[in-house]
Amino acid sequence: MTSTADPDRDTVPTVSFDAEPGSYRHWRLDLDGAAETGVAYLRLDIDEDGGLVPGYQLKMNSYDLGVDIELYDATQRLRFTHPEVRAVVLTSAKDRNFCAGANIRMLAGSPHPWKVNFCRFTNETRNGIEDATEHSGQTWIAAVNGTAAGGGYEMALACERIMLIDDNSSAVALPEVPLLGVLPGTGGLTRVTDKRRVRKDRADVFATRSEGLRGKQAVEWRLVDEVVPKRQWDEKVAERAAEAAATSSRPAGATGIELPPLQRTETADGISYRHVRAEFDRAAGLVEITVLGPEGDVPDTVERVHELGADFWPLAMTRELDDLVLRLRANELELGTWVIRTKGDVEDALAFERVIAEHSRDDWLVNEIRHYFKRVLKRFDVTPRSLIALIEPGSCFAGALLELALACDRQYMLDGFLEEDSQEGEPAQIVLTDSNFGVFPMGNGLSRLASRFYGDDSHVAKLRQETGRRIEAVEAMEMGLVTEALDDIDWDDEIRIMLEERASLSPDALTGMEANHRFVGPETMETRIFARLTAWQNWIFVRPNASGPEGALRRYGTGRRAEFDRRRV
Amino acid sequence: MSIDYSEKIPNNVDLAGDRKLQRALESWQPNFLNWWKTMGPAVPTEDVYLRTAVAVGREGWAHFGHVAMDEYRWGVFLAERNHDRRIAFGEQKGEPVWQQVPGEYRADLQRLIVIQGDTEPASVEQQRRLGETAPSLYDLRNLFQVNVEEGRHLWAMVYLLHAYFGRNGRDEAEALLQRNSGDLDSPRILGAFNEETPDWLSFFMFTYFTDRDGKYQLGTLKESAFDPLSRTCEFMLKEEAHHMFVGTTGIDRVVARSAELMREHDTEEIAPHGGIPLDVVQKYINFHYSVSLDLFGSEKSTNAANYFTAGLKGRWQEERRKDDHVLTEDAAHIDVVRDNEVTTEEVSALIALNHDLRREYIADCQTGLKRWNRVLEKAGVDRTLYLPHVGFNREVGLFREHRITPKGDVVGQDAWEAKKDQWLPTEADKTHVRSLMRPVYEPGKIAGWIAPPSNGINDKPIDYEYVHLA
Repeated sequence: MTSTADPDRDTVPTVSFDAEPGSYRHWRLDLDGAAETGVAYLRLDIDEDGGLVPGYQLKMNSYDLGVDIELYDATQRLRFTHPEVRAVVLTSAKDRNFCAGANIRMLAGSPHPWKVNFCRFTNETRNGIEDATEHSGQTWIAAVNGTAAGGGYEMALACERIMLIDDNSSAVALPEVPLLGVLPGTGGLTRVTDKRRVRKDRADVFATRSEGLRGKQAVEWRLVDEVVPKRQWDEKVAERAAEAAATSSRPAGATGIELPPLQRTETADGISYRHVRAEFDRAAGLVEITVLGPEGDVPDTVERVHELGADFWPLAMTRELDDLVLRLRANELELGTWVIRTKGDVEDALAFERVIAEHSRDDWLVNEIRHYFKRVLKRFDVTPRSLIALIEPGSCFAGALLELALACDRQYMLDGFLEEDSQEGEPAQIVLTDSNFGVFPMGNGLSRLASRFYGDDSHVAKLRQETGRRIEAVEAMEMGLVTEALDDIDWDDEIRIMLEERASLSPDALTGMEANHRFVGPETMETRIFARLTAWQNWIFVRPNASGPEGALRRYGTGRRAEFDRRRV
Repeated sequence: MSIDYSEKIPNNVDLAGDRKLQRALESWQPNFLNWWKTMGPAVPTEDVYLRTAVAVGREGWAHFGHVAMDEYRWGVFLAERNHDRRIAFGEQKGEPVWQQVPGEYRADLQRLIVIQGDTEPASVEQQRRLGETAPSLYDLRNLFQVNVEEGRHLWAMVYLLHAYFGRNGRDEAEALLQRNSGDLDSPRILGAFNEETPDWLSFFMFTYFTDRDGKYQLGTLKESAFDPLSRTCEFMLKEEAHHMFVGTTGIDRVVARSAELMREHDTEEIAPHGGIPLDVVQKYINFHYSVSLDLFGSEKSTNAANYFTAGLKGRWQEERRKDDHVLTEDAAHIDVVRDNEVTTEEVSALIALNHDLRREYIADCQTGLKRWNRVLEKAGVDRTLYLPHVGFNREVGLFREHRITPKGDVVGQDAWEAKKDQWLPTEADKTHVRSLMRPVYEPGKIAGWIAPPSNGINDKPIDYEYVHLA
């Protein structure tokens, strides 16, 4: 065999994102003593034969999507179930081998959409690790106790501090360019320069040197924070973890909440949860997503919120929405348009939101819920689908839920009522609240409103005066909050034609266009990862130099050299 | 305002039960009437003996009577629906036709309808002042008939925009009234529709040659997979036939009168005797024919190919053609100029669809020439009129780079300039034709430069009072 199988002929499995620590195959979450020390150890211990797809072995602690699904689960549970954890040590359970990164056979044998989706999800998880450090009082420390190559080092880069064992053999490396002809695309190139502040010429040397760097030089080049001799290793790691835990904002004596498995009904034509429903229209290439607003009593105390735990509507809804987004992105590639609606009582939605607003500063759980919803919204921002919000009577796009509409590429609002509906009740309304002015920032650091009205701060300031008020279609249109306000006579036809027209356009061009429009203004490390690094990586992925039969990715491990088309493009 | 829909706007599209359409037309109709008053026929009339379509059946579509023109009942009619109709060509051949606009083709279909719609009111604007010099009440009536029907064709296109294209459609319908022929700021879309129709010879030529282009365009849209467009165009074609009749018989009568004068005075130089010399008739033919050929677009057209493949616009009499109706494997020959000679080049049949339609049109135009030459022959005049070469005087397509004589020779710019006045109407020709244009409003009387018609309208006598002037 001169190269691995043709990736685009293989079929991919349907992916489930369900996981729980009791059944992890690749990670060991060690919470022994966490109650006293505030430190959890998360150990990577890959089961070679536990790949998500047949056809490759996860050697050298290398990972695939299945490994990352468990990692994501661990990050979530650490935040919600283990408030006592103030620092997380990310390390390896294998001897002299931290992590070799994404499995190359897996990458070489995967179709393009799978590779792209895999990278997006792993990027989101690493961003989540940084988010936990910054907003949850859970500082992540990479205890690199063996060689960390490629994605392995990128995982470490997501941590606040990187410790490297000084055994004269363990190194950190980004060997993608020299060995595989692709990029360290899970934030590697970006974090080396933007986060670790490695000088660009050194970064260039580092990223083209397959064996990487170790020891003092790695420290000098800022690739790691410190190197520690083997015999002091455990002690030093515990010391650094304790130091980080000491600075944590997490409250003492807090009790976490369980995250039970999601109740989900799947059919050929949709997925439904308690608060979120998705109906597939395969002929039209779209999925209709409805988020149901809160029902039942609003908790009157923060204790009641803790009691409700995963049943508290904002958290329950966010978990379901998260799961839906992940499933649709991984499994429903041809449903290119997501039509997003909400259904519920505006007043109830606002009441729940007041609970969040009131306690998100002083209660760790409420704070977690807020940041979780923020991360799920960010998933929408980087979702390669056309997102269309339909704002109809009976919807509850208010405050935090309005962010869902604002995350969409377009917003259509019904002016008045549909003829067949009874004209009772109220016409469609949206409500701005403080939530829309920075509580849920996008990856570019701006609120969705500030992105929408980029460069027009005075308009955003004007909108700020309008919080709390019910805004109907014509006014919403005037305020620039919706794309179109259509009355009942036009509604059906306009929406149908718009959706059909959208479905007829090139999916690739749409993805590129939408990503460009969604992220305006300033670049952040996050946008640089999702835009520059990812876009370049995805371009490289489709080039024959990487994924052609003679490309570096496909020839890796075959004993044959890659044949490059030497023309620079 | 409220409208009694069935009475005020005759229709077979259930206007009374369609709120969307009502609302759209309610705001559009006053603007249309306003446009008609300011841009429509300039001669004030009390009433005109007009044909009104009140239904699509055999009796309904030609209902005659005297009506005040601004009370003309512009209606909305589609040919009867064939429930089994299937797409006859293109990639989706064999599938059921569309009753709604597929979103994928919204922009293209809207564009096709807007371009067609834009020509309809344009000709009314171009002919606005012609009534002031009508050679008879019979002709004046025909002019008005053509005008109100172009108005109705505008309605037909507006109906499609209103019924199927949502807000964009309404905006485009409004814009059809805002663009005006010859307006410097906001002209009509196609160049030929921004030229004034200055005299009746031009009018007859226009209705013969340019309206015939309309007939062929409608014929291709009649094949469309978008069924409402197809049915609309099918019905419009019935009315278009009358416009061509006005052109054909108008030129008949000019030729007959010229022949008569030639014989009477035994000279071809009949200008001093109040006639239009056959040389001038030929030059007008040359001009109007070549300008109309331009309307078919470039010989090679990827737009036309795309429209065909998508099922939006077919070929003339698509269903009678004996081929696969997909054309991806077929070739066609188009005219090109190579080494200063007109020759042909083989291209994909899909790319050559404009050429295909133009060829059908040219064959149809020939019938008029035969007819007029028969008139000359009968009158004993030894002279024939002809269609110039397809490459003559072209501003659009592959020939625009070249100067080609009516006979088809490629010549240099100098040779062209030297002979141009022999081929195209000169200022002197136009001045002479204009000098003959004096109104004759007395029933049964006719101007001296044109023969009387052989029959009246709807079996009425020629001296019938077709028009009551105000």
